[in-house]
Amino acid sequence: MISANLSAIFYLISGVLFILALRGLSSPETSRQGNFFGILGMIIAITVTFLSIGNFSSGFIAVLIFLLIGGLIGAFIAYKIPMTAMPELVAGFHSLVGLAAVFVAIAAFLNPDAFNLGSPGNIKLGSLIEMSIGASVGAITFSGSIIAFLKLQGIMSGSPITFKGQHSLNALILISIFVLIYLLCSTQSSNLFWILLAVSFLIGFLLIIPIGGADMPVVISMLNSYSGWAAAGIGFTLENTALIITGALVGSSGAILSYIMCKGMNRSFFNVILGGFGATEQSTSAQNKEQRPVKSGNADDAAFLMKNASSVIIVPGYGMAVAQAQHALREMVDTLKKNDIKVSYAIHPVAGRMPGHMNVLLAEANVPYDEVFELEEINNDFANADVAFVIGANDVTNPVAKTDPQSPIYGMPVLDVEKCKSVLFVKRSLSPGYAGIDNDLFYKENTLMLFADAKKMTEDITKNL
Amino acid sequence: MEIDPFIFRLSIFILSIFIGYYVVWSVTPSLHTPLMSVTNAISSVIIVGAIIAGLAGNSGSIFNTSSLFGFLAISLAAINIFGGFLVTQRMLAMYKKKKKDK
Repeated sequence: MISANLSAIFYLISGVLFILALRGLSSPETSRQGNFFGILGMIIAITVTFLSIGNFSSGFIAVLIFLLIGGLIGAFIAYKIPMTAMPELVAGFHSLVGLAAVFVAIAAFLNPDAFNLGSPGNIKLGSLIEMSIGASVGAITFSGSIIAFLKLQGIMSGSPITFKGQHSLNALILISIFVLIYLLCSTQSSNLFWILLAVSFLIGFLLIIPIGGADMPVVISMLNSYSGWAAAGIGFTLENTALIITGALVGSSGAILSYIMCKGMNRSFFNVILGGFGATEQSTSAQNKEQRPVKSGNADDAAFLMKNASSVIIVPGYGMAVAQAQHALREMVDTLKKNDIKVSYAIHPVAGRMPGHMNVLLAEANVPYDEVFELEEINNDFANADVAFVIGANDVTNPVAKTDPQSPIYGMPVLDVEKCKSVLFVKRSLSPGYAGIDNDLFYKENTLMLFADAKKMTEDITKNL
Repeated sequence: MEIDPFIFRLSIFILSIFIGYYVVWSVTPSLHTPLMSVTNAISSVIIVGAIIAGLAGNSGSIFNTSSLFGFLAISLAAINIFGGFLVTQRMLAMYKKKKKDK
């Protein structure tokens, strides 16, 4: 058994190690060391908790068993999961953090003596407020992440689910959560605690169902943030520095990521959260689409164009992830490089289904990270490049965002793909992208459409090179 | 007059938000996915609360309702801790290989 002061110092150390873990991610070289700091911080926190309780009886064995079960499941998932499934995995993990926060809050509510918070029915007011906020945010994180997971996994349709009065209903539920917390704190009633949890689970579902698939980067970041705030809430209840520091770090991290994602789409956070984007526009744009001529080609044409180019820029998008085309793409690029063609990759901030999704997939396919560029770094290079190879991206290349103030995506930063001498656009059909609008790029003089599955087309091009 | 310890915790919390703000802005965009998985792992430090709850069962019986929730929370958090750190490790290893390759 170690003293409370000593364990508090160790919790502080593990909090500092977590800060260093995030700091390490500022560059790929330092990132692995950062992850090591994170692991160290976690080991310290867990060890100190055991030592401070000093109870090594049968309960201790049970704790270890549950720890081991969870650990094995986690390790198994971590090794088996394909990189393309990373968004689902992260959403799934968020739901677990949320649920763990809820369970800890329940345990503390039922047995406050164990946490020095008072006795059942007579919990310290401050602790009860912190606990109910932590539980409520945790519950929202859990159910919201489950929906995000189902949508990303394709079990649930990615299209927005909207109904009349949705926003007023959500607003009403949110207000009722505050009222419930107030009543709970004044009456200490356990019934109210359960109702609070139920209502929080419900609002988590309702908040995420109207948000469509391509807005998932914002949703995942937002839930990431929530999981942090839930942890911080519990940290206040437990008076634990490590948990408070971590909660604040994770909370602000998720918030910043959501902000970056929203900016990448030129939409306000509220516009994304209120949902329904892309659900209504489809019908209007479908009409004037048919008449415009499109040039389409095959793998042979594409190979010919690229062989005669001196520089190629690749624009990957979610479609590449769906088709699992990243390895085939890298092989194509290898062949191009053998012919002394300069190749770089251009990544839009919201390409894919979560922040940095494309970067991870390219990394998996062994693409060196110094060939991969962000939008601002590479956008001026399109004018000097010979070929742009768009694979699985759509809305993020649409020049309409710069020219047509009527368009729903007007003002969104886009890749200046149309400035290239020629554009190769791999796509299954001419159907509009997520925003539900036609891409002007399809009909440009210098665009050649390659109608095929992304992976198959890339392989065919490699054969023809 | 003494200052309520809550104020100290609040100070830590607020300052940590600022640290988080500046640290996360310096994360390179290409590592945003590992950032999410590692924040996932570290937020599971909530396991300390779960352990306290799990060990709180009285000497007679290990399992009461409260400690049962504690045990479940331990497993959930452990999935996240192991899964989160290992998958981050796996991703970061991919970023590492390259510079030497090429």
